[in-house]
Amino acid sequence: MQLTLHVWRQKDRNEPGRMETYRAENVSPDMSFLEMLDELNEKLIKEGHEPVAFDHDCREGICGSCSMMINGMAHGPERATTTCQLHMRKFQDGEELYIEPWRAKAFPVIRDLVVDRTSFDRIIASGGYVGVNTGGTPDGNMLPVPKEKQELAMDAAACIGCGACVAACKNASAMLFISAKVGHLGNLPQGEPERLKRVRKMVDQHDAEGFGHCTNQYECEAACPKEISVGFIAQLNRDYWQASLAVNTRDESSVSAG
Amino acid sequence: MKLDAKVPSGPLQSKWTQYKADMKLVNPANKRKFSVIVVGTGLAGGAAAATLSELGYQVTAFCYQDSPRRAHSIAAQGGINAAKNYQNDGDSVWRLFYDTIKGGDFRAREANVHRLAEVSVNIIDQCVAQGVPFAREYGGLLANRSFGGAQVSRTFYCRGQTGQQLMLGAYQALSRQIGYGKVKMHSRTEMVDLIVINGRARGIVTRNLETGKVETHVADAVVLATGGYTNVFYLSTNAIGCNVTATYRAHKRGAAFANPCYTQIHPTCIPVAGEHQSKLTLMSESLRNDGRIWAPTKKGDTRHPNQIPEGERDYYLERKYPSYGNLAPRDIASRAAKQVSDDGRGVGYGGLGVYLDFADVIKRDGKARVTEKYDNLFEMYERITGEDGYAQPMRIYPAPHYTMGGLWVDYNLMSNIPGLFVVGEANFSDHGANRLGASALMQGLADGYFILPYTLSQFFAGLPAEKDKPTSTHDECKRVESDVQQRTKKMLSLKGKKTAVEYHRELGRILWEGCGMARTKKSLGDAIAKIKVMREEYKQNLIVPGTDSNLNVALERAGRVADFLEFGELMARDALTREESCGGHFREEYQYPDGEAKRDDEKFCHVAAWEYQGETKDPIRNVETLEWDAVHPTVRSYK
Repeated sequence: MQLTLHVWRQKDRNEPGRMETYRAENVSPDMSFLEMLDELNEKLIKEGHEPVAFDHDCREGICGSCSMMINGMAHGPERATTTCQLHMRKFQDGEELYIEPWRAKAFPVIRDLVVDRTSFDRIIASGGYVGVNTGGTPDGNMLPVPKEKQELAMDAAACIGCGACVAACKNASAMLFISAKVGHLGNLPQGEPERLKRVRKMVDQHDAEGFGHCTNQYECEAACPKEISVGFIAQLNRDYWQASLAVNTRDESSVSAG
Repeated sequence: MKLDAKVPSGPLQSKWTQYKADMKLVNPANKRKFSVIVVGTGLAGGAAAATLSELGYQVTAFCYQDSPRRAHSIAAQGGINAAKNYQNDGDSVWRLFYDTIKGGDFRAREANVHRLAEVSVNIIDQCVAQGVPFAREYGGLLANRSFGGAQVSRTFYCRGQTGQQLMLGAYQALSRQIGYGKVKMHSRTEMVDLIVINGRARGIVTRNLETGKVETHVADAVVLATGGYTNVFYLSTNAIGCNVTATYRAHKRGAAFANPCYTQIHPTCIPVAGEHQSKLTLMSESLRNDGRIWAPTKKGDTRHPNQIPEGERDYYLERKYPSYGNLAPRDIASRAAKQVSDDGRGVGYGGLGVYLDFADVIKRDGKARVTEKYDNLFEMYERITGEDGYAQPMRIYPAPHYTMGGLWVDYNLMSNIPGLFVVGEANFSDHGANRLGASALMQGLADGYFILPYTLSQFFAGLPAEKDKPTSTHDECKRVESDVQQRTKKMLSLKGKKTAVEYHRELGRILWEGCGMARTKKSLGDAIAKIKVMREEYKQNLIVPGTDSNLNVALERAGRVADFLEFGELMARDALTREESCGGHFREEYQYPDGEAKRDDEKFCHVAAWEYQGETKDPIRNVETLEWDAVHPTVRSYK
């Protein structure tokens, strides 16, 4: 196969970027999308040019590193598939591809296709956990958990934190990402004590990071490689309203800081 | 070098209990005076960083990924073992201990493995409390499955994503500490060297992958949790970024590297599809429960598998191992596939594959039943190969998967350099010559949550009072920083003809051939000679574009490959000097007439820990003899 690639190139956070056009020749249909880019990079390096930087690691669709828009679609055209698991047999010989980084204010471009997703880490650090220390935990079987709840929590916990939901959203909202954590921990008895605080803190952090609001277009669900359901956003909204009504003045971080 | 394992005295079952009772404690008010560097934030590193911070130590953590949630622990599918005996099927700490020791072909340290089995039960409780959504029964209690040939059901799991869910538990615990400002987290930062001052590990030198800035961080102790070195083979099931740099750099600064030849090859991976292949994907071994493995009896048979009549198929595992058949252990199944392929009977690209056929089980149980059990695997197979595993046999081939060797550590998980601790896959201690399924997650979390926090306290409490702790302006720090900068500048200035990836691919091929599933004196000698030549060429003919002052992916790769090129030789040398076959290390010269591995307990019941002697001198092979107080090595037979 032969392809024409239009790739976003940007030197660093500060310099403006631009699209550059490359030819990808002898592309095998058995290659993954990233292997196709690897070949391009090898060619660029040999010609003395700098390779196209992109995030990637596990290449089996679980680490959440890879992140690019392919023809305007987060992770490309295949349903429920990360870029690293997308194979070239899904494209036509002679096709033109437009490859860009995630686009969102809260995901600034670091270089080429690499963006800074530490805003996601800060959202989790604001409250996306169960506040237990190591040790002194009760026996794993002490609290029975209904299988349906555990399965539901697992559905949400499958989120890999890649950011495709944000990239696909016209408002660059990270509600699907937050709701995945709400759905994961909020459906388990272990997450119950901090359920409301968790939601409030994560949403506050989300807004502070510059993510946009959710307007129920569900582009996020369509783009999600792990098929996280927007039903969790409904759960998030319910919890958030409940949290806004509750008066919460006691807070672990203020106690431990003192 | 004297290797003192510092195993506590007393009966095996009470060593750890006694250790905890006797250990010195650090006064709570003094804990904040001690600082720890944790490199790597996978299961072991993430768990350690979170727990040490909870205890009150000053923790600084580093990872090369963009977030501490992404380490390759995340990719583990199967599960995590624990001796809970929830199934009432006769499991116990002793049984888990014994299975692990036997699985490791009696090449692990008894006391460490027993401690691992003891704390396994705490891990499950901890993870449940963190909200890890383990599979459950309808009554709400935790579900288990039997895994990797164990006779009891002791494996806990979260669908096919156990590694990811445990990883998120550790990541969230770590994030909580980061959010409180107690752990200072540096992501996209790679450790490139170790600082040793007056014989004690005092810090690390890092390179910020975004800005290229080289910096020194000092602390009272350094913890390496940087994973295994499987990517020395170029093609493996590891993430692309996994590398040996941190542990190998520590080795060059004096840390002994133990048993580098112990590598595990997983039998059911999707075969290579072409020269462009960048990594291999593992499919759960559970497929072997129902699939039948075969190869054509004729050499170079290019017919479509469905056209090959029954009489011309060789179900070689069923033929050679009638009692275990397709469920023969990993190393045996892997070697048998390679033999078939070496014999010219392999299938698919380059003849590097064998068939895994579900036709019989589909006929017997119906497609629906197979779908219910394995659908995600069939889907994954089709996504990668474009072939339908229901309509024709899948193709599989073994791939490097895990490394049991690593930096040598004593019972305290401390290397021979005081103050340098090593946890998780990066150390060598618990899996011997072969790791059992669902044990890697257990070891990573055991080290991070429940062992290191105790042993590190013991270390700190025993330190003499220091008036002036070294800072990052110390002469040694400046010297090592300048070393690092020189290395980088050198690579950028070469302007040669070949890329780091090309060298890496070649190195992988040499090691796969010479130091892979089956090794010989000759193949290993050849590999060492070839690597030496290649390493010299690398110093002259490498091309790395760009600069060292921004994100430069080619430069990152070049640095890692440089270390793999040195490490690859050490691995082959270790395999050459271990003149026996055990676990994942199979020397063709040492086998029984029926092809079974021939262990030599008289000469090789020891750990080989290599000591670096400089670039031009051969390393020294030191030995820690393994003592057997509680168990007696037996022949590991699966006939």
